[in-house]
Amino acid sequence: MREIRVDEVRKVVKKLCMEANYYLPQDVLNAFEEGKKKEASPVGKNVFDILKENAKIAATEEIPYCQDTGFAVIFLEIGQDVRFVGGNLEEAINRGVAEGYTEGYLRKSIVSDPLFDRRNTGNNTPAVIHYRIVPGDKVKITMAAKGGGSENMSRLAMLKPADGIEGVKKFVIRTVSDAGPNPCPPITVGVGIGGTFEKVAYLAKKALLRPIGHRNPDPRYAKLEEELLEEINKLGIGPSGFGGKVTALDVKVEWYPCHIASLPVAVNIQCHASRHKEIEL
Amino acid sequence: MSAIRITTPILDDSVVESLKAGDFVLISGVIYTARDAAHKRIVEALEKGEELPFDLKGQIIYYAGPAPAKPGRPIGSVGPTTSYRMDPYAPRLLEAGLKGMIGKGSRNQEVIEAIKEYKGVYFGAVGGAAAYLARCVKSAEVIAYEDLGPEAVRRLVVEDFPAFVVNDIYGNDLYKIGRCQYMEIEDPALFKC
Repeated sequence: MREIRVDEVRKVVKKLCMEANYYLPQDVLNAFEEGKKKEASPVGKNVFDILKENAKIAATEEIPYCQDTGFAVIFLEIGQDVRFVGGNLEEAINRGVAEGYTEGYLRKSIVSDPLFDRRNTGNNTPAVIHYRIVPGDKVKITMAAKGGGSENMSRLAMLKPADGIEGVKKFVIRTVSDAGPNPCPPITVGVGIGGTFEKVAYLAKKALLRPIGHRNPDPRYAKLEEELLEEINKLGIGPSGFGGKVTALDVKVEWYPCHIASLPVAVNIQCHASRHKEIEL
Repeated sequence: MSAIRITTPILDDSVVESLKAGDFVLISGVIYTARDAAHKRIVEALEKGEELPFDLKGQIIYYAGPAPAKPGRPIGSVGPTTSYRMDPYAPRLLEAGLKGMIGKGSRNQEVIEAIKEYKGVYFGAVGGAAAYLARCVKSAEVIAYEDLGPEAVRRLVVEDFPAFVVNDIYGNDLYKIGRCQYMEIEDPALFKC
């Protein structure tokens, strides 16, 4: 068994929280360049310039790209030959989040309970943590800073198998159309198809972590991604919602086998601040 | 882009009447931040006849909750939040004299009607451009509801804060106009132009 001290996890999580919020991934920056070329609207082109400038200021001054520094969503892929020592793993992750958000001058956006108190917890904890056990002795930690505005525009539907490909497409297009200017376009659209009620939402979120332009390895789903992207960019919403040809930078689909009775679909919308960063221990 | 310069306070009716959806404006002067929780408290105070954090008359509210300021800075990153969450409160505030709102995203029919009735204006800023917009903020001070953290009411002094007029007193909507100009799917079930 390889031993990893939980304190090392804390340090890594802290660093990931800060860096994910200051530095937009290169694939997103490249997509802004491409987007500006494709965009027909002069206002839309101007929005792309502002976003590029915004990314530059954030990275240079080490301040958050967006004031909504998000819910800290942590994905852990833990090799089955790893043993965590020196404390409680979950506490270490949350300590890392608290330190990253406090020392990194990131906004604290989490309230203690959703309905009654809604009191700000003051350090952006707790995180949402997804654990997965994989072969090997490595640990991969991915931090996604998920903003509330685009999360609010996300949807899930339990379709009938008879709804098929057309039904899935209709639901995705309607979700993006109804979201309109609200989720800070140009967006990235994460689509989960299959599995169960909870699995499909996880798939949609997981899809958002794949770099822009990387297609699903299954050619049928890769084609679906391209068709959805083309349709979404006919909606006219455009950068910042002021009208234009580039509403989405990409659509990414993840799928899983499902029940004979079901066709679950989840659409997780990601604003242009597509912030995530990973590290392997 | 040619810009219309707006100076606050006070935003008076003659300025509001001159603004049309699609106009690009640069706002300078005092504006106030307030978002979900602060709106709830302001409307409760209005209903009870209690003192408000600031006199709403002729003012602009910026729907925003900033990131903390780094040492030596007036404010952290501060972009607009999604405005529809303030729709349940906005007509009451416009009735009480509020003139301008800055945010991002569409408003509901009640707000659009209240903008016409009380002569207000809704500006859309570029959502997510928070580091960029923070540069326009010269000073910031928490003036109420400090316990709300990022949701506290702040008095900001801004210089050349860029925004577009989205909803004007004539019932126009920039998001709709822009979308209809570039839409290539004709499906009224999805979106009506």
